[in-house]
Amino acid sequence: MPREPLPISTRLETLSVLTADGQLDTALEPAVPPADLRRLYKTMLAARRLDERCLMLQRQGRMGTYGPSKGQEAASLGVAYALERSDWLVPTFRELAGLLWRGWPMHTWMLYWGGHEAGNAVPPDLNDLPICVPIASQCQYGMGIAWGCKLRGDGRVCVTFCGDGGTSEGDFHEALNFAGVYNLPLVLVVQNNHWAISIPRSCQTRSATLAQKAVAYGIDGLQVDGNDLLAVIVATREAVEKARTGGGPTLIEAVTYRLSMHTTADDPKKYRSEAEVQEWEPRDPLPRFRAYLQKKKLLDAKIEPVIEEEITAELDAAVRQYEQQPVDPTEFLRHVFAAPTPELLAQQAELAAHLAARRPGRSPAHVS
Amino acid sequence: MALLTMVKALNLALAEAMRTDPNVLVLGQDVGRDEGVFRVTEGLLQEFGPNRCIDTPLAEAAIIGAGIGLGFTGFRPVCELQFDGFSFQAFHQIENHARRFRNRTRGRYTCPLVIRMPYGGGIRAIEHHSEAPEATYAHLAGLKVVIPSGPRNARALLRAAIYDPDPVIFFEPKAVYRSFREEVPDEPETLPIGKGAVARPGRDITLITYGAMLRVTLEAAEELKDVHGIDAEVLDLLSAAPLDGELINQSVRRTGRAVVVHEAPRHCGLGAEIVARIVEDSLLYLEAPVKRVTGFDTVIPYFQNELTYLPDAARIVRAALETVNF
Repeated sequence: MPREPLPISTRLETLSVLTADGQLDTALEPAVPPADLRRLYKTMLAARRLDERCLMLQRQGRMGTYGPSKGQEAASLGVAYALERSDWLVPTFRELAGLLWRGWPMHTWMLYWGGHEAGNAVPPDLNDLPICVPIASQCQYGMGIAWGCKLRGDGRVCVTFCGDGGTSEGDFHEALNFAGVYNLPLVLVVQNNHWAISIPRSCQTRSATLAQKAVAYGIDGLQVDGNDLLAVIVATREAVEKARTGGGPTLIEAVTYRLSMHTTADDPKKYRSEAEVQEWEPRDPLPRFRAYLQKKKLLDAKIEPVIEEEITAELDAAVRQYEQQPVDPTEFLRHVFAAPTPELLAQQAELAAHLAARRPGRSPAHVS
Repeated sequence: MALLTMVKALNLALAEAMRTDPNVLVLGQDVGRDEGVFRVTEGLLQEFGPNRCIDTPLAEAAIIGAGIGLGFTGFRPVCELQFDGFSFQAFHQIENHARRFRNRTRGRYTCPLVIRMPYGGGIRAIEHHSEAPEATYAHLAGLKVVIPSGPRNARALLRAAIYDPDPVIFFEPKAVYRSFREEVPDEPETLPIGKGAVARPGRDITLITYGAMLRVTLEAAEELKDVHGIDAEVLDLLSAAPLDGELINQSVRRTGRAVVVHEAPRHCGLGAEIVARIVEDSLLYLEAPVKRVTGFDTVIPYFQNELTYLPDAARIVRAALETVNF
């Protein structure tokens, strides 16, 4: 037998609808009602402002370590917009704009980074999962959720996120492999923000793109300009529709850029050049989408300050609610199992007695 | 009543649960056509089809991760890991997610999955097939850890695990899989997780054990009685987490003496927790220090030395005599 090319389909595309300099491909432009466009803009702006507020609160010692989403708002917002309310969204920790679109309250986001488990309080009408920290591990239960949707035949789709660093984790590959084998309604969105703390995208993998990882699993992969909200909407709609109708999983690489630090615990100046950041700033999704709406006469000098004011008021209220969140010092002991063990009950009593004893103005509790 | 091996009894528990509840799924490597490497899933593919008895690709973390996600959509997955030594390939899914979701979401999302795996030594297996990692899992808050010792309690505990609202690590002692048969009632029965049992009542000393070590410990108790006239009480813990501290302390308070037996290494083994519970609650009832008869603080040796490593009746008898004659 001679050497021959293998019969493997490797059709891989990259998608852009609205370029950084404002050029619009009208043939690809998604149909989005004007009211939605304006709400999408407000959500993107709210995410940016919430990020800024959280950074400020962190610097003032009023919040814990914070991981900003700055620059990546379009990548999660476009995905969330393309979902039905009943679909599942499995985030990592840079999907702020998408979660706001889904209806997550601002103060819930603050509570998470402020050290309250209440930050994991998924709004009751949503099938969303809370933030996931261990990198790419969420791909696995996201895949399991998609499997459940398929077995139930409920027509739902699960969208899971991870980052470029996450594509080096085994969980990313195992989840894609299972999703391919069982043809699951899973959309896995990689937010390629080019940096995994200090490790650049070029050091994560020798692959030219992350989208091409799909080829190995026999599923579709698509690269999209992740800073182009319209392109993200088009790509996700296509993937979600395919998943919903039995067409199986899709890997979407959303090419974006982390304009800020990994978290407030690191200084990007140590590992990346200012020149690179400056190169990406003009590709920021927010001004790009804003200019698009201005061209469509959906934003103008009159409405924009009103939107800013509304967001500021919402943020102020959210900060108040966040900072007034009560802390129950024994609650964490009550959710280990559905029914507490005798040991946990004893530890609850032990802690309660200790707390009562140390509080000023109260007499020490007597433990029998 | 039927006389069943532990393998058959576990198979019965799985089939019963799958017949009653369409949300019960079995997934793992080789659980379908091969019916499990120890045949615990025999007949399940045939009876319930490939959407409920699911052969998976070879990836332990994905089997557990899928189980977590399936649980979120209302299923009760029973995940099989092929051997104890491979469970560490899924450890992060168990530690980071399965055990935490209830707590971190305050009950909104829970993980009602069972993670079954063959456990322990004694069957001349190759390396990574004979581990006893129960203390590693028992240390993780949010997990229940169950180790049956015979066919009847295995069937009843597996049923309890499947219907438990929280994740259960279910260790199946390989050495017991086919070593003896036991009467198992026709009607389904359950045993409460976290409760041990008195396997042999006695007055002079308490021997505390679980899993495959139960039979060895009972053998030692007979020798203590027959040769030395010592009447040992043997406790079968059945669960490593929650631990039945009440059963342990009630017995030790009566006998004043205790020896803990397990096949896992001694350092930070379950025996350390058991001794601590005794010291905390029953110190003044003790007539002698509590002894531990355990595996050694090494990896379990290859099978030429396996029986040297595993506790045997002679070691247990010697420890019991030292305790009684202290």
